[in-house]
Amino acid sequence: MLELTGVSKQFGQKQAVHPTDLSIAPKRTTVLIGPSGCGKSTLLRLMIGLIRPDTGHVRLDGETLDPAESITFRHRMGYVIQEGGLFPHLTARGNVTLLPRFLRWDAARCEARVTQLTELTQFPADGLDRFPAELSGGQRQRVGLMRALMLDPEVLLLDEPLGALDPMIRSALQGDLRGIFQTLEKTVVMVTHDLAEAAYFGDTIVLLREGRIVQQGTLQALVDSPAEAFVADFVSSQRSLLDALAGDMK
Amino acid sequence: MRVVRLSAAAFLLLLGSTRVPALPAAEQVRVASKAFTESVVLAEMVVHLARDAGYAASHVEGLGGTRLCWEALLADRIDVYPEYTGTMCQEIFAGQEVAEEKALRERLAKLGLKTTRPLGFNNTYALGMKKELAEELGIETIGDLREHPNLSLRFSNEFMQRSDGWPSLSRRYRLPHENVRGLEHALAYEALDKGVIQVTDLYATDAKIAKLALRRLADDLSHFPKYDAVYVYRAELETRAPRLVKALRRLEGSIDADAMIRMNARVEIDGARETRVAADFLEKNLAIEAAVPPRSVARKVARYTIEHLRMVAVSLAAAMLAAVPLGILAARKDALAQTILGVVGIIQTIPAIALLVLLIRPVGYFSDELGYPQAVVALFLYSLLPIVRNTYTGLHGISPQLRESAIALGLPPLARLWRVELPLASRTILAGIKTAAVINVGFATLGGFIGAGGYGEPIFTGIRLNDYATILQGAVPAALLALLVQGVFELAERRIVPRGIRLRPAE
Repeated sequence: MLELTGVSKQFGQKQAVHPTDLSIAPKRTTVLIGPSGCGKSTLLRLMIGLIRPDTGHVRLDGETLDPAESITFRHRMGYVIQEGGLFPHLTARGNVTLLPRFLRWDAARCEARVTQLTELTQFPADGLDRFPAELSGGQRQRVGLMRALMLDPEVLLLDEPLGALDPMIRSALQGDLRGIFQTLEKTVVMVTHDLAEAAYFGDTIVLLREGRIVQQGTLQALVDSPAEAFVADFVSSQRSLLDALAGDMK
Repeated sequence: MRVVRLSAAAFLLLLGSTRVPALPAAEQVRVASKAFTESVVLAEMVVHLARDAGYAASHVEGLGGTRLCWEALLADRIDVYPEYTGTMCQEIFAGQEVAEEKALRERLAKLGLKTTRPLGFNNTYALGMKKELAEELGIETIGDLREHPNLSLRFSNEFMQRSDGWPSLSRRYRLPHENVRGLEHALAYEALDKGVIQVTDLYATDAKIAKLALRRLADDLSHFPKYDAVYVYRAELETRAPRLVKALRRLEGSIDADAMIRMNARVEIDGARETRVAADFLEKNLAIEAAVPPRSVARKVARYTIEHLRMVAVSLAAAMLAAVPLGILAARKDALAQTILGVVGIIQTIPAIALLVLLIRPVGYFSDELGYPQAVVALFLYSLLPIVRNTYTGLHGISPQLRESAIALGLPPLARLWRVELPLASRTILAGIKTAAVINVGFATLGGFIGAGGYGEPIFTGIRLNDYATILQGAVPAALLALLVQGVFELAERRIVPRGIRLRPAE
């Protein structure tokens, strides 16, 4: 189980994350959401130790994560960012197998795992030897996911994984991703700014504002019993446009 | 990463092929000359005499000016070179009241040095101008120049600074000229002939006096001291090569001014080689048979090429091994970045010739060869900036997303550097190495100034002899080599820089 206790982070004058407690439910999908600058990405980066908290601890199964020696921790977590964060000098296969090759997996084991993951992510096998620049945005995202899953980590962290994709591809990939999460039964934490996406993926939605968690629960809970006016505003702002359009169509 | 692996391999290869200079063997005589014809001819005589006496001899030809030869002699990099008594009294021991021969001998003995007796001619300084112009203006003596303060005067750099040179000469004669500057001596003749300048310094045995119809202005106040030519050598030569010292004695008093002028003229006007002229003199006057190797332009250019490539390759390989890590360090530690980039930047601003001269002593502690090692160290230092800066820029320019992706993946720092960051920066790093290599090819020609060999040798010899054909023997291949190096690096880029980086993102 991934657990944050009293974690805070300040960048210069700005308190990006106020002291925060958060337990991530194992084998479920938790979505961090909020307006830009609310600290949702910072929280995710704290979880994988890309930044060191000013106060508090991040624990994985009771062990405290120390950014200075968190290499083995990171092998237990997969991290996916927008566009996949692929290394342009390596092919898709090179990206996916970079870490296992460093860990001296033998070729057969690498290959077997890659085959497994191409099937899971529905990535075309002939794309494996292409460079990121030769792949489409959606394909790059699938490679990013494969790379994160290569070591079969307990936890998968995704930072706006679908942010840069156009709507058609995005929608297709959303469906695939949810299928993958359900198949794998992993602890997933995903950051998004889109409430519909959050509701589509999230067993739990964590809504943040200015570095604090405002409310967490299901979409239903957010809609039915908003903890404060901001929650209602946030929910209505995201649904108003579509609802208005839908109303016109009736 | 490949770049580094290749450079390491290249460096080891070159290290293996570089001959490790040994201490001079008992029979090895190391001769040097300053960068003018007379000095080279006199030094060639020593080479012939040494070989005739059964010793091996090497000659660092045209080793800059007085300071360079003197330092090299003191530092035991060379054994002997031709010098002038006046230069030692007035220049080397300036302000030490070493006025006459006996005092000079005593002073030299304290430094473990000796000289021969004068060889027979007094190559004193003189001022000269075109005869025609001198007659027109009615100038016969140096003092007459006072009436013509608007003439432009150009003196060799050495003359501008020597204690018996322009500063004291102008005081002594109260010369009011303001248009006075330093100019390479070999170029001054041409400028004089074309009328660009009116007065320059001459040597008494200058072959060009007759050739260019120059007038030597009389030194009516006897400002210039005597410049008797002698050989100055390290005292231990008497035990190491006694037969040579004996042979040198035979030259004492045997070369008069006319003989020296004729020899200078044969080289500078008739285009004969110094070694041939020296051999002819010895044959005629001392009945010594001296072998002169045949002149072959192709073979010479081949030798220059090998020497030049070796200088460039060794210095570049060493610079890569030092500069890439320095660039990495600068990119990793912000606190160090300014210091590292600042220091290598400052090195770049040191004038090349000054750097070469400054390096003679310190590098001399590690190597007995003179010229080549100093040139390699200088080139190494000059190569640092482009490589350090490009390594730093290349690593610094990697997007934070990629950097963090590598961290988040769980790769330790060294693996991130090796497998992600250096390949991503490889194109920029390689561009820096290419810049350094091309600059190096050009800079290496300056090695000719301290006898490092390579294409600089014919260039400096050609400047000294005012011989364009000889200059081109160095200048043309140097330019071609620079183009070749550029081409080779462009090919290397295709092999070394990963294809994925060279692709444009698909849209």
